[in-house]
Amino acid sequence: MLKITGLRKTFNPGTINAKTALDGLELHLKDGDFVTVIGGNGAGKSTLLNAIAGVWKPDEGKIEIDGVDVTAMPEYKRASFLGRVFQDPMKGTSPDMEIAENLAIASKRGIKRRFVRGVRKADRERFKELLTPLELGLENRLSAKVGLLSGGQRQALTLLMATMNRPKLLLLDEHTAALDPKTAAKVLELTDQIVSRNKLTTLMITHNMKDAIAHGNRLIMMHEGRIIIDVSGEEKQNLTVEQLLELFNRASGGGAVNDRMILG
Amino acid sequence: MSFLYALPGAVAEGLIWGLMAMGVYISYKILDIADLTVDGSICTGACVCAVMLGAGVPVWLCIIAAFIAGAASGVLTGLLHTALGIPSILAGILTQLILYSVNLCILGGKSLIAIDHRTNNLWVHMSRNPVSIAAMVVIIAVVIICLWMFFYTEVGLTLKSTGDNPDMSRAQGVNVKRNKVVGLAIANGIVALAGAMLAQYKGSANINDGRGAIVIALAAIFIGLSVSMKIKPNFVVSLIGVVGGGIIYYIVYNFVILMGLKTDYLKMLSAIIVAVFLAVPYLKGEYFPKHKKAAAEKNGGEVDA
Repeated sequence: MLKITGLRKTFNPGTINAKTALDGLELHLKDGDFVTVIGGNGAGKSTLLNAIAGVWKPDEGKIEIDGVDVTAMPEYKRASFLGRVFQDPMKGTSPDMEIAENLAIASKRGIKRRFVRGVRKADRERFKELLTPLELGLENRLSAKVGLLSGGQRQALTLLMATMNRPKLLLLDEHTAALDPKTAAKVLELTDQIVSRNKLTTLMITHNMKDAIAHGNRLIMMHEGRIIIDVSGEEKQNLTVEQLLELFNRASGGGAVNDRMILG
Repeated sequence: MSFLYALPGAVAEGLIWGLMAMGVYISYKILDIADLTVDGSICTGACVCAVMLGAGVPVWLCIIAAFIAGAASGVLTGLLHTALGIPSILAGILTQLILYSVNLCILGGKSLIAIDHRTNNLWVHMSRNPVSIAAMVVIIAVVIICLWMFFYTEVGLTLKSTGDNPDMSRAQGVNVKRNKVVGLAIANGIVALAGAMLAQYKGSANINDGRGAIVIALAAIFIGLSVSMKIKPNFVVSLIGVVGGGIIYYIVYNFVILMGLKTDYLKMLSAIIVAVFLAVPYLKGEYFPKHKKAAAEKNGGEVDA
């Protein structure tokens, strides 16, 4: 489904601030893979997701989604393959527009938009059905401005918007990191439901090692722009946080484990 | 008494500037771009209309031509911004300067072209205020209906989201760059349309017509939204509010002239009105924090001023 070969990206090249964020990264995802991504700050996790999403173009390498080479495709065109949820709950929805209008825009992702009414009665019924399982009461507030919702509500809505037109690949960039623990757990549970129901191929970045082990069928750890650990199947299922840290220490040559990872 | 006498003129001119402010509303409020092109494109509209009327072209065709000329200038600003990466405010300034030369060229090197309201069958003119007001109300109603229909289509919704949240828009497959160009074209088309009406109303097109137009438009927007947002914060009511803001602005304008303020100071007065509307929400947030949340919820808080 996703095939990344030799991906390289250096920010501020040729300056004293030059930083190699991706260093010849290779990653293949099978259809239906739910991969969790962990790694310290600056390991290149978000850079990887942004490269896939097309926020900027890589220096070298190739990105293929479902056999289509998207390396040079602009961000808005790639969007037809991708569902994205950002770390910042404010980023994924349009605050000054109604819930229904946000959903209407998302319902046309990857489809040619026309000069016909954007939110029709039938759409509202469909949106209600989609919102009800979230159990946030949003189905009765279709005309409310999204800016009035809480961070958790907005993130749940973003998740719905990212997946309502089944994406070939779902990109979750620490989408629960900015939420309080209870809301984060709820959004994560929702993520699991949506991913398994639609059998979505998913890349989920998290800072929480427990979450990384508990969710998905495969776990990768990044360090200095490369993948240093890649476990899946039973091996991943039986993993503990301690083992993971041990693995990390070995793979990174005893590199410092960052505080946030331990706390997670 | 003399104030009442000046009232119909103030309303007619206010309606013309209200129409212009609707164009600025689209760039400033919906696309979130402070587009300075409008100082030039309003004048372009006036010049195109005056010159074509002079050549014996029917009024309706002159108005359509003015709209197209304005839209073209919006496209230019949009491309300078999106295709060449020039910051939007600078792109607008550059186009404005380009338009100054273009407008001079349209006027054939003269700084002013008169329109004879006796030989031309003008839609609006200061000698016939009641008719002018009626004509402007019809034009504004048509523009509002067109905008209302457009902005609630599948395409129109993405124009709104482009200004509101470009990240979300791109993630949902919206071509943000193209939308900005389209939005600026619509905005400047409407502004130039208002310019064409202004030229007819005054009976002339002047190379200096557009100077400070953006400030008048912003004043109309802030005044109008401070009322309309309290009634109902939706698109159509906001547009009507903006037109109302233009009328209120011109009534106040005429009032202060009659009070004896020298006309030399009027541009300064416009700027002060805008500065106050922009500053009050900031000051409230800074010095009276309890207002902060309310102001933020009300989208920047202009409405509180």
